[in-house]
Amino acid sequence: MTGYLEMYNLGKTYPGADGPAVIVEGFDLSLQQGEFVSLIGHSGCGKSTVLSMVAGLNSISDGGVVVDGREIDGPGPDRGVVFQAPSLLPWFTAFDNVMLGVNKVFAHATPAERSDIVEHYLTVVGLGDALEKRPAELSGGMRQRVGIARALALAPKVLLLDEPFGMLDSLTRLELQDLLLQVRDREKITTLMVTHDVDEAIFLSDRVTMMTNGPAARVGDILPIPFERPRERTALLESDEYYRLREHLLAFLEGQELKRGIAPAAA
Amino acid sequence: MSNKVRVIRGLDMVGLGLLVPFVKLATGEAPRTQAREILQSVGLPVLAIGAFLLAWSLLASSVETSIGSVPGPIAVATEAGNLVADHRAERAKEAAFYERMETLKLKYAEEGKPWKDRRYSGKPTYFDQILTSLKTVFAGFVLASLIAVPLGILCGLSDRFYAALNPLIQVFKPVSPLAWLPIVMILVSALYTSADPMFEKSFISSAVTVALCSLWPTLVNTALGVASVDPDHMNVARVLKLSQMERVFKIVLPSALPLIFTGLRLSLGVGWMVLIAAEMLAQNPGLGKFVWDMFQNGSSQTLAQIMVAVFTIGLIGFALDRMMSFVQSLVSFDVAPAKA
Ligand SMILES: Nc1ncnc2c1ncn2[C@@H]1O[C@H](COP(=O)(O)OP(=O)(O)O)[C@@H](O)[C@H]1O
Ligand SMILES: [Mg+2]
Repeated sequence: MTGYLEMYNLGKTYPGADGPAVIVEGFDLSLQQGEFVSLIGHSGCGKSTVLSMVAGLNSISDGGVVVDGREIDGPGPDRGVVFQAPSLLPWFTAFDNVMLGVNKVFAHATPAERSDIVEHYLTVVGLGDALEKRPAELSGGMRQRVGIARALALAPKVLLLDEPFGMLDSLTRLELQDLLLQVRDREKITTLMVTHDVDEAIFLSDRVTMMTNGPAARVGDILPIPFERPRERTALLESDEYYRLREHLLAFLEGQELKRGIAPAAA
Repeated sequence: MSNKVRVIRGLDMVGLGLLVPFVKLATGEAPRTQAREILQSVGLPVLAIGAFLLAWSLLASSVETSIGSVPGPIAVATEAGNLVADHRAERAKEAAFYERMETLKLKYAEEGKPWKDRRYSGKPTYFDQILTSLKTVFAGFVLASLIAVPLGILCGLSDRFYAALNPLIQVFKPVSPLAWLPIVMILVSALYTSADPMFEKSFISSAVTVALCSLWPTLVNTALGVASVDPDHMNVARVLKLSQMERVFKIVLPSALPLIFTGLRLSLGVGWMVLIAAEMLAQNPGLGKFVWDMFQNGSSQTLAQIMVAVFTIGLIGFALDRMMSFVQSLVSFDVAPAKA
């Protein structure tokens, strides 16, 4: 079985003062086209490392990443990235921030067409009337919306999200989760999202991948989330299934925690 | 945004933040707090200035020099008034000269004699000298910026380029204008040999010396600004596969702009300080030459005149710094730009 986005035997090793540090090793994961998969695991286990290797922003030590049948070599606009920090260019308006990439990807489109694309995606994320605002004039949630619009407007093959809502307050976070869910249902875009929020993972994903603790972190377990789409938060929260899934994920994370607690004693 | 907020932000930007409490007081905002702030921001400096003037006049009267007693604040203020009066008198003389020439010209025309225009060549007044100094320092500053900003960008972009240039920067940075100037003067004499020169040699020498001494802060800060671009922003450039040119103009330069302007502001300060020494030696007809000429005069007014120059130099330096700080605040992105 070959997937649309495939990580095979992926590994990352940093040269260290006392020997090489193996952060990730033998990481295998395959996403079907249009699938939404999230990656959870304890802080520092290597989630961002995996995601940035897929994005091409971090060099790959071992194995490889295939997108739509082609092995990646460095970063590119076929993989839209949204980081935890919105990383918008503060000297550009929301419109210009999105336009920067659109100009690049749709170089052959007319200026009017490009402008339409930018406006469309900013409207999709709910910023239709804040096109000319600069990042300093936007709230944290609005900035992250621009970041999402910027990634989507590239018409990427895959969307890569690294704790995209990690810096937002809980209310804004729920709003943006709903937004992401709507966007996914419309665009059917293949998405890999790193999060440490179990509820967020269940609510958004088709499958949740659990990573073992480092060093040499790998895929520990994969949990399919069977809820029908479109999903509705309150309905999910009322189902017993939801709590069963949640229990499963928490049990895995706790198990990893215990392993970490025992490891130094065994060494 | 209300007018009041706009006024307050404007005052802050031009560095007149100490007037803010007055604006707030005038609009009736928390009078007690404003009164305390005014006392602190205006009262204390006024007190310090008063104490300074008092100490100055007491000390001045107790020191005797070869050219008379040291002038106190009042003598210096009188001398400043004299310089203004001299300036007015000189301008009046000039106007009178040109008036005489006009009537003479008419008379020549009547008698059918050929006429040649003559220019007034009076001595430069104190204000002419200030103007010359300002022109010289700006020429030097522009020259320094044209060299330092591009070099700084290259240093910031390429570690190798910076490593290559760094020893030269470190060696030349601390060199005093007094050491540069003789070299510059000799070179200018040798190289600038136009028959009908657009600029005086003394002007060129002073400006080049100012440039040589003042380009370092801009160079170093530009390099730092370019090198310390937010890695997240560089990642954006990498994902979008921006070309080298696009990276420089859309990401690197805008994010380095605040530090570039910090460098320019420091450079202008250094340039102004260096200029006086350069003009003294090069005999460029500005404030430096004024100070030197007064010193050579050795009249009873010498000390008072030089002190007027000291205050002038200080106030202009302060004004230049405020101006640069205003420009700097225009290019910083942390504050949302004011919208009309
Ligand atoms: N440049 C680096 N050199 C050495 N170790 C690194 C480097 N970058 C990250 N690491 C290590 O890799 C591990 C995984 O980091 P990361 O992928 O950011 O974790 P997560 O996103 O799961 O919290 C951490 O233990 C971190 O210390
Ligand atoms: Mg992380």
